[in-house]
Amino acid sequence: MSVAEDKAERVEGWNRPPVIEPEGEGELLEVAMGPHHPSTHGVFRMDVALDGERVVRLKPVFGYLHRNHEKIAEGASYLASMPYTDRLDYFCSLTNNWAYALAVEKLVGQAVPERAEYIRVILAELTRVQNHASSIGFLIQEMGASGTPLMYAFKEREKILDLFESLTGSRMMCNYMRFGGCRVDVSGPWLDATRKVVAGLPAFVDEFEALLSTNEILMARCQGMGILPPELAVNAGVSGPMLRAAGVNYDIRKVDRYGIYDRFQFRVPLGDHGDIYDRYMVRILEMRESIKILEQALPTIPTGPIMDAKAKIRGFRPKPGEAYGRIEAPKGELGFYLISDGGPNPYRYRVRPPSLINLTILEDMCLGHNVADVVLIFGSVDIVLGEVDR
Amino acid sequence: MAVDQNLKIELGKQGIFVTTIEELYNWGRRSSVWPMQFGLACCAIEMIATTMARYDLARFGAEVFRPSPRQADLMIVSGTVTKKMAPQVVRLYNQMAEPRYVIAMGACAISGGPFKQGYNVLKGIDRYIPVDVHIPGCPPRPEALIQAFMTLQKKIDGQPLTGEGRPRHLDAEAQGEFAVPEQGEHDLEPTSNKGVWPVPITIR
Repeated sequence: MSVAEDKAERVEGWNRPPVIEPEGEGELLEVAMGPHHPSTHGVFRMDVALDGERVVRLKPVFGYLHRNHEKIAEGASYLASMPYTDRLDYFCSLTNNWAYALAVEKLVGQAVPERAEYIRVILAELTRVQNHASSIGFLIQEMGASGTPLMYAFKEREKILDLFESLTGSRMMCNYMRFGGCRVDVSGPWLDATRKVVAGLPAFVDEFEALLSTNEILMARCQGMGILPPELAVNAGVSGPMLRAAGVNYDIRKVDRYGIYDRFQFRVPLGDHGDIYDRYMVRILEMRESIKILEQALPTIPTGPIMDAKAKIRGFRPKPGEAYGRIEAPKGELGFYLISDGGPNPYRYRVRPPSLINLTILEDMCLGHNVADVVLIFGSVDIVLGEVDR
Repeated sequence: MAVDQNLKIELGKQGIFVTTIEELYNWGRRSSVWPMQFGLACCAIEMIATTMARYDLARFGAEVFRPSPRQADLMIVSGTVTKKMAPQVVRLYNQMAEPRYVIAMGACAISGGPFKQGYNVLKGIDRYIPVDVHIPGCPPRPEALIQAFMTLQKKIDGQPLTGEGRPRHLDAEAQGEFAVPEQGEHDLEPTSNKGVWPVPITIR
């Protein structure tokens, strides 16, 4: 056994599963899943060693979508990086905008008007609903139900994307938040349309759940599969629905209370077993909690400006210093770490992507399972490759 | 030889259907273009949205996404092609059977898009494989992808079976394999495939 494996065994509170020795005669079969694989979310490769159908080793290969996000941002002005953050996790561009705006606002000590905070919460929760709906849709698709659950999810997603489009001008790449507020104000008709969509969301979640939650195939393939123990989840830095499905009560909306999340009543759903089914269930329950937040935020949105009067747009040069801003993105903790040397562009720009860090424990979850279940466990992590490779 | 349109309509009223082999052949080809299930980045999500109920790509006979390149007719290069991924994209294209077509979807697949200044992004997939339709946008709307499909169908419809401009699978001398680039010291080698992408002449 090598030195690295010895170290891994000594992690407190968690013992790595023992290396599985192949049974009987024969050689291990090495399979390269990806980068073009019909069920990987984008371009990702897993080098899997199989003993028959069982996985004995899994090595993820990253970097097929490395788009130099951080390097480009270090050469561009602070505001010019905002459109690039849209393309990190392309399902949730608005939460990415928010995380980056929060980091820069921390760096320069910028206040945000109340109306802008409300708009941010509304947009972030809408983003969370559509992300969780489509991630569940993709999970079921990987179980073999080609298309149908995904069509239900995308039906609702299109309604939310229409709202985004009428507000920001783009369906996916919204580029909406600014340092100290938002780009354009929401109108009365837009709020009415949002209320209408939000009023229809509980029925959608009910329908989704009635179709899926007690489905025999889903239960047979998900329960007890890909278990992530809470100790390992905490040690590996896993965050988001993955962590909460493992039973750890950690939601940055509750911990940091960034923005105005302390004004809303919502609960943090927790899992019990840490398997795929718990992750699915946590996402369903989080959608319900998001709808609750939306129902509280929409009637109470105040009037006022959407940009802080002191917000500087031209000649934006923060004083030397550093800041780390983080939010609870739909996939987990999304953070931006910025170092300023007083110039117009950041000296160091670092993204803490939830997808990459949630993916690091893939091997631990997959060992000993069949190769068909690897696809399912991988799907339940809910990653977006734009964020993994950046 | 084209059939006179008025005569065709008149005969159609009498229950007689007149066509040419070319028209029938191209009608069959364009009505069942099977794309490859192959997503690269952001544009792939819009590609999926196009196949869903609202935009319904099935109206154009293209809802059957095949995971294997051997069964696919159309490759939608949907997203950023990095230098690590480019060899695989070319290899997948080589594995597709003729007749095969390529749609370059989005700014990244056309030219590198917003990430063009990056060190790891290929500046357009048309350097290595022949592209039939380019759709700009970041990402292009589903309507734009449908427009690209209709453009491709028109292109297929207009291809004669013999002579100049015939599709590659009817041309014994057409290039079938395209060189797969490899990572060299500084860049992919070769930087473009000869005959596919004319190197633009810089005028200073």
